[in-house]
Amino acid sequence: MSQFLEISGLKARIDADGQEKQILRGVDLSIPPGEVHAIMGPNGCGKSTLSYVLAGREDYEVTAGSVLFKGQDLLAMEPEERAAAGLFLAFQAPVELPGVNNANFLRTAVNAVRRARGQDELDAVAFLKLARTAAKELSMAPDMLKRNVNVGFSGGEKKRNEVLQMTMLEPSFAILDETDSGLDVDALRIVAEGVNRLRSPQFSALVITHHQKLLDYLVPDRIHVMAQGRIILSGGPELAREIDREGYTKFLAEAEAA
Amino acid sequence: MNAISTTMPGPLALFADRLNGVAGAERHAALGALARTGLPSRRTEAWKYTALRALGTASFAAPAAGYDTARAQALLDHVLATHESLATLARVVLVNGTHAPELSHVPDTLQVGFFNQSPTFGVQAAPDRDPLVALNTALAEDGVMLSVAAGVKAGQVAVISLGLGGEQAMSYHPRHAISLGAGASLSVLSVHAGEGAYFHNPVTDIHVGESAELRHVTLQLEGVEAVSLGTVYADIAGHGVYDSFALGLGGALARHEVHARLAAPHALVHVNGAQRLGGRQVGDMTSVITHAASDCVSRQTVRNVLDGHARGVFQGKVLVERVAQKTDGYQMNQALLLSPDAEIDAKPELEIYADDVKCSHGATVGALDDDQLFYLRSRGVPEIQARQILIDAFLDEALALVTDETAQDICRAIMTERFGQKGGQA
Repeated sequence: MSQFLEISGLKARIDADGQEKQILRGVDLSIPPGEVHAIMGPNGCGKSTLSYVLAGREDYEVTAGSVLFKGQDLLAMEPEERAAAGLFLAFQAPVELPGVNNANFLRTAVNAVRRARGQDELDAVAFLKLARTAAKELSMAPDMLKRNVNVGFSGGEKKRNEVLQMTMLEPSFAILDETDSGLDVDALRIVAEGVNRLRSPQFSALVITHHQKLLDYLVPDRIHVMAQGRIILSGGPELAREIDREGYTKFLAEAEAA
Repeated sequence: MNAISTTMPGPLALFADRLNGVAGAERHAALGALARTGLPSRRTEAWKYTALRALGTASFAAPAAGYDTARAQALLDHVLATHESLATLARVVLVNGTHAPELSHVPDTLQVGFFNQSPTFGVQAAPDRDPLVALNTALAEDGVMLSVAAGVKAGQVAVISLGLGGEQAMSYHPRHAISLGAGASLSVLSVHAGEGAYFHNPVTDIHVGESAELRHVTLQLEGVEAVSLGTVYADIAGHGVYDSFALGLGGALARHEVHARLAAPHALVHVNGAQRLGGRQVGDMTSVITHAASDCVSRQTVRNVLDGHARGVFQGKVLVERVAQKTDGYQMNQALLLSPDAEIDAKPELEIYADDVKCSHGATVGALDDDQLFYLRSRGVPEIQARQILIDAFLDEALALVTDETAQDICRAIMTERFGQKGGQA
C-alpha cells in the first residue's frame, strides 16, 4: 500500500527525569492524500507525542516502527527537511521568540522552504503582500506582523499566527495539535475556515482535539480514538458525537475487552 | 625614590624603563601610587575575575615615532567601510595613541584639543583610584579633548583609535576628555580597532554639564592579540544625561570600566552594553554607578554571548548615597552560553544608604532554548540559521538600547559583517 502518510508500529519514549517513559506503544495510522483525519483521546494518551515525533522533536526516542511520508523515511529527516517536504505542525503551545520580528521570521521560514523546494524566493514586497492578505483572511490585527513572534499575543492570536504560518508555508500535510484549545467560538470558526481554505486533493491534515466543536467546522473524513499510546478505534465523523455524548470510558472498556 | 625595578614581580616591571623616566608632579604622584600597589592581581577584589597574565612577559616599549601610513590607512579604510554613515562622520583618528591629523576630518564647529598640546589630567581620574589609571597618568602621550560650549548642539563625532602592533611589545595610554557646558549636546562614537599585539590603556574623563546630553557609544573592535583596558569617569550635573553603550567584540583581553557619578538631582545615566566573544577571549564589563544626589535615574542592561572557551565578566555596582533619596535604579546582566566551555562571572552589587529608593537588579545565564530552536526548525529554518536568529535576537534587544540611530545602524552593520546574516531577515 502506497499511502500519503503511513505510520506503522510506531513506538516512542521520553526520558523524564532519568526515567524512561514509553508513550507511543505501537501506533498504526495511514492518511491518504486529500483527507482530513482527527485524533481524539483522553489526556496523556500520546496525541501530542505523536505530533512531536512526526515533526522531529529530539526529546523523543523512537524505539520501533516506521513513518513513510510520500514514500520517504520521515524519521530519518531533520525537522527543517520535514518542513521542506511539506509537513507542518501547528503547536499546541506556540513558542515565543523575543527579539524576532514576526514578518521577518515568517519570510525567513517561507524562503527557506521555497529554497529547499527549488522555488524562487519571495522579495520583501511580494512577501508582505501575500502575508497581509493571509493575515486579513484570519482577521488578524495588522500590527501582528510587526510584533515579535508570539510575544504578548493572546491565546487566540497565537493560534491564528500558527494558521497564518501554515497558510504561507503551503504544506501538503498539516498536524493541528489542539489548535482549538483556548479559542472562543468566533476564533474557532476563523481558524477552522483558515484550514478549510487549504483543503484540496493535495492537502491532508491530522487534527488533534479534545472537543467535537472544532470538528463541526472542520469536518474530518476519519476519526481515530487514541488511548495508552495506540489507536484503539477508527470510524467516520459520527464517532465524534458519540464520544461527546458518552465519553471515552465506553471505548476504553471495549478496547480492554477486545 | 619610587623606582620601579625590571626585576619586580608582576606586570608592572614590564613598564619599568618608561616609568622611571617620567617627569612632572602628577606623573610622579602616579608613579608613587603604582610603586605602592603594583598592577592588580586576582587578589585585588575589583580584578578577581580578570587576570593581567595576558600582558605577557616582554617589556612594553613606547610606540615608535611616526607610523606605517599605508598600514594605518588600510586599517582605517576597513573600519570606515563597515557602514556608509561612519565614513561621513566627523572623525579624530589616533594611531598608537597619538593624533594623526592626516587621517582626521574635523569640522570647525567642534572644539578639539589634544592632550600633548596642554596636558591636563582632569579631576575625577585621580591616580590613586585605580592602578590602570595611574599607569595611564604616568605614561599618557596624547589624547582627544572634546569640549562643547553651553547651549551648543555639536552633532556627532567619531574618535577612532588604531593600534598597529609589531614585533616588539608596545603599549599606548591615551588620555581623553569630553566636557559639555550647560544645555549642550554631543554624540561620540569611540572606535577601538587594531591589528597585531599591543596594549591599549585609555582613560576618558567626562563632564556633562547641567541639562546637557552626551551620547557615547564605544565599539571595541581591538585586534585578536590585543589587550585593551579602558576606564571612563563620568560626572553628570543636574538634569544632565550620560547615555552610554559599549559593544565588545575584539581583543584577547578587554575590560571596559565605567565610573559614573550622578552629582546633582534629576541626572540620568545609562551604562548599557553587549559583548560577543569566542575562542579564548576574555571580556570584562565593570561599572560603578554612584547616586550622589536625589531624584536621579540609572539604567544598565548588559548582554553577553559567549562561545568556545570565552569568558565574560560583569561587575556592576550601584552605590546610593544617603542624600540620594528617590533614586530609581535598574540593572540587568544576561548571558547566553553557546558552548559547555564558555563562562560568565557576574557580580552585581547594590550598596544603598538612602531609605526611599527604587533599585532592582537581576542576572540570567543560559543556553539557547531548545523549544525556540525546534520551533524555528519546524518552520523549515535550517539549524545553523535558527541558532543565528536566536543569538541575534538576544543581542538585538541590547543593541536596541543605543539611542543614537546612526550609532545603532553602525553597531548592527558590524554585527552583520562579523557574524553574518542579521537575525530574522531573509
